[in-house]
Amino acid sequence: MSIAIPTLDRRSMLDPMLPHAAVIQGINPEANGISTFSLEFVDPAEAAAYRFSPGQFNMLYLPGFGEVAISLSSDPGEPQVLGHTIRCAGSVTRALGRLRVGDLVGVRGPYGSAWPLERAQGKNLVLAAGGIGVAPLRPVILSVLRQRDQYGRVLLLYGARMPADLLYHEEIGRWRQGGIEVHITVDLADENWKGQVGVVPQLFYRIRVDPKQTLVMTCGPEIMMRFVIYEALARRIPKESIFISMERNMKCAVGFCGHCQFGPTFICKQGPVLNFAVIEPFFGKEDF
Amino acid sequence: MSPETRPKLAVYKFSSCDGCQLAILSLEDELLSLVGEVEIAYFLEARSQTLEGPYDVTLVEGSVSTAEDIERIHKVREQSKYLITIGACATAGGIQALRNWADVGEFVRAVYATPAYINTLEQSTPISAHVAVDFELNGCPINKYQILEVLTALLVGRAPHLPRHSVCLECKRRGTSCVMVLGGIPCLGPLTQAGCGALCPAYNRGCYGCFGPMESPNPDSFAGFLLKNGTPRAELIRMLRGFTGYAEVFRSAGDKLAKTSP
Amino acid sequence: MKPSLPRVAASVVVSKASLQKVFDNMRVSGFSLVGPTVREGAIVLDELTQMSELPVGWSDLQAPGGYRLERTREPQYFAYSCGPQSWKKYLLPARLKLFSVEKENGNWRVQPAQNLVPRYAFIGVRACELSAIAIQDRVFMTGEFRDPHYARRREPIFILAVQCTQSASTCFCVSMKTGPRAAGGFDLALTELPDTFVVEVGSEAGSEMLRDTAWAPATAFDLGRATQACQRAGREMQRQMRTDDLPGLLYNNLEHPRWDEVATRCLSCANCTQVCPTCFCVNVEDHSNLKATAAERTRVWDSCFALDFSHVHGGNIRPTIRSRYRQWLTHKLASWIDQFGVSGCVGCGRCITWCPVGIDLTEEVQAIRDKAIK
Repeated sequence: MSIAIPTLDRRSMLDPMLPHAAVIQGINPEANGISTFSLEFVDPAEAAAYRFSPGQFNMLYLPGFGEVAISLSSDPGEPQVLGHTIRCAGSVTRALGRLRVGDLVGVRGPYGSAWPLERAQGKNLVLAAGGIGVAPLRPVILSVLRQRDQYGRVLLLYGARMPADLLYHEEIGRWRQGGIEVHITVDLADENWKGQVGVVPQLFYRIRVDPKQTLVMTCGPEIMMRFVIYEALARRIPKESIFISMERNMKCAVGFCGHCQFGPTFICKQGPVLNFAVIEPFFGKEDF
Repeated sequence: MSPETRPKLAVYKFSSCDGCQLAILSLEDELLSLVGEVEIAYFLEARSQTLEGPYDVTLVEGSVSTAEDIERIHKVREQSKYLITIGACATAGGIQALRNWADVGEFVRAVYATPAYINTLEQSTPISAHVAVDFELNGCPINKYQILEVLTALLVGRAPHLPRHSVCLECKRRGTSCVMVLGGIPCLGPLTQAGCGALCPAYNRGCYGCFGPMESPNPDSFAGFLLKNGTPRAELIRMLRGFTGYAEVFRSAGDKLAKTSP
Repeated sequence: MKPSLPRVAASVVVSKASLQKVFDNMRVSGFSLVGPTVREGAIVLDELTQMSELPVGWSDLQAPGGYRLERTREPQYFAYSCGPQSWKKYLLPARLKLFSVEKENGNWRVQPAQNLVPRYAFIGVRACELSAIAIQDRVFMTGEFRDPHYARRREPIFILAVQCTQSASTCFCVSMKTGPRAAGGFDLALTELPDTFVVEVGSEAGSEMLRDTAWAPATAFDLGRATQACQRAGREMQRQMRTDDLPGLLYNNLEHPRWDEVATRCLSCANCTQVCPTCFCVNVEDHSNLKATAAERTRVWDSCFALDFSHVHGGNIRPTIRSRYRQWLTHKLASWIDQFGVSGCVGCGRCITWCPVGIDLTEEVQAIRDKAIK
C-alpha cells in the first residue's frame, strides 16, 4: 500500500542531516509536563517552501543535547507554523521544556508517511488516540474541519490517564461544533470527572461503525493500539482499513542509521503511519 | 557565569592511587574553562586552599577500606548535593578488593615491616555500599573526556552521553583486529564497558576490564568458550578478579568458576 | 601493431612486477591507494604505495572464532580471503564529524564539517566485497535521501578487484551468489596465476592504468587457467547457506527456541556487526562546550547489539540478547530483502571468523530450519 509522501527539491541538494534554525513563536502548556511549541523557520524561503501532511514528523535539535523525532500536531493548512506537542521527559525534550519564546530550535523534516486522508474522503473515520498519541491525529482533525463535507462521520475516541492529562481540551468544544463526535475516557477519574472511565478500546462499545465505509487511524501506546485493532477487527473492519502510527528510536530519520527498523519497515520511511495489513505478522511480537 | 553563582565542586580521595584525580588534572586546556564554570572548592590534589561545604557536586575517588573511610564518606555525602564516584576503586572496590578473596591479615604481615601500624578493614568496598551515589563513572583510571562530559551534562542540564556497550565497538572503530580471534589471547573486552578507547587490544593485549561490566554481559558463554579452548581455569579467575573484579558481574563469574573448579 | 591500451572488456596478461607500474599510474592520476597489508598478525586494509607492501607470501587460516596467517609456498600477492576489515572503513568511516553549531548574538551558525576526502583506489577488492559495496550504495545513494558523505567518498573510487582463487573455511559466497568470481563493478580485475596476472579491463579508467605495463592480450590458455583457478575457490567452499526459503523462514519463526539457545552463547559484543561489510547502522554523538554555546555532531558506527540502539521513552524495545540477535539475523537475511531488494549477507564469513565465541550464522539458520514452522 503506498502512502503519499510529499517531497521537496531542497532535500536532494543538501545534507539531510543538517538542522535548520527555527524560532519558537509560542509555547502553549497543554497538561502536566506537556506543551505545544509553535516554530517558524528563520529563513523565510525555507518557511515558504515547507509543507507537511498529517502524521508526519520533524527532527528537533538542540546543540549539544541531541535530536528527537516529534510529530507535527498543527494544521497542515498553515504550514508556516510548525506545531509540536511535546512531553518533556527525555534529555532533549526536558531541555526543550526550558526554552522560551524567541529561542531557537533546529528543525529538519518533514519525514515519514502520512495518514491516508485522500482514501478517507467520503468515508467514515474513527480516530483512536491514547495520551500524547492524540498529537499526530490533531492535523487529521484540523484537515477534516477545513473540508468537513468531504468526509462521512468522524469520531474521535480519546483517552488519557487522568482528566488533567487530557490535551487540547479548550479545542475539543470547537471540534464538536465542527461536526466531530468526540468520546473521551480516562483511566483514573477525579472528583470532578463526569465522563467515561476506562481504556480507549472500550469506547468502541459506545459507537456503531459501518465496517465497509470506515477507516480507523490509531496512535498511542502499542498495547492500546493492539486492543483498538482487536475491537476494529471484531467489528469486521478490514485490516487494510486500519492505520497505526508507530514509535521507534530514531537517529537520522532518513533511513541511514538503522535504528527505527520494525521488521521490513523503517519507521522513518514507510512509517510512522503504517497499514495494519502490512505489519500484522510483526505487530505485537515480544521485543521485536 | 559569575563567580557567585558558580556551582561548588569538591574532589575527595579515599583508598586509591590518585590516578583518576590526575586524569581530571590532565584535562589542561579544558580545565581552565571548567574553572570558569565551577568553583573548585575542595580538591587537595589541585590546590591547598579549601572552602567549606556544602558542595553542589562532589567527585569521590577511591574505595572504602578503613573504618575511618566509612565515617568520612558519610560526612562527605552529607555535604554533597550530587555525588559522583569516579574510577574502579570508588565504583567497584578497585584492585585492593583482591583482599576480599583472601586473608587481609596475611597480606599485612607479608607486606609491612610493622603490621601493628596497619588498621584496615577485611574488605575493600565501593562507595555505593555505604552511601547513596548519584552517578558512577567507570574506569581505571577514568577517561578524562568522560568526566568532562559528565560535568558538562550536569552544567547544561542533560543526561551524559556515555556508552555502556562493549569495548569491542571501540576496538573495531579504531581498526584493531580481535586479539582473542587472532592469538587466542583471553580478552575481557566483550564483557567490559567501552570508554578507554580499546587501549590494551591496540597493543596486542587482552582487555583487563578496567571500565567494569558492560550493559548486557554474558560471562558464562565467554568463560565456557575460553575454558573449552584451553585457557586454564585459574587464569580465567585471575582475569575476572582484576581492577573491577569486585563488580557484581565479574565477581559472581569468578566465584562461579572457583566453585566449579574440578 | 598492438594499441597502446587494451579496450574495455578485454583480458590481458601483465607480469607480476608490472603491478607496481599500475600502482604508480594510479598515484600519478591522483588516487590514494588503499589495500591489504599485514599488521599485527592479520591482513588489514591500509594505505599503500608499493606492491611489496601487499601480503606477499601470506595466506590465512580461518575458522569460527579463529584467524591466523601462514606462509604460502609461492610468493603470491593475493593468496588469502577477506580479513577483519572491510571497505566500509573508507566509505562509511567509523567516526565522522557531521557539523558544528555556534551560537552568537541569538543566532546559529551551522557549519557542515570540512572533511578531507581523498580519491581512493581500492586494491584487492573481492567479489563478495563488490556486492557489499553495491548494497551500501543502495542504502546511502539510491533512496529518497542521499548521504553526501558516503557519495563523496564512493563516487570517485577506482576499484582494482581480485578474483578469489581460494576460499577460507568460513566463506559461503557461492550460496549467496556473490562470488567467487566478480563479473563487473570494477575498473580492473586481477586473477593471480603462479607466473602472471590475468587482468580483465572493466572501464576506460581501468585501461588507462595499464599504460606502460607491457601488457599482452590474454591467450585462451591464460583465460582457461584463470577460470579454473577461480572455479577452484568455489569448489573448495566448505560452508553453505540455503536461501530459497528466506525471508519467510525467519519471519515465520520469530518465536523459535533456537533464539533462546543462541542467546546463551552470544556475548552481544557487536563484533559481527562491526566486521560485516554491509552493516550500516550508525549513531550520532552530541558534544558541546560547558555552556552549550558551541556544539558538534559526530556519526559513529553503531550496532543493533547495543542496548540503547532501540531506546524509546520508557525503555528499550529489545532488552534481551535473544531479541537483539534475532533482530540482527532477521534483518541481515530477511527484512533486508524487503528493504533493499537484496540480502544483506554477501557470504564473506567475517561474522563467523570474528565472533569471539565462534557463532556461525549458517548453522543458526539451519538449526531454525530443522525445526521450523513453515
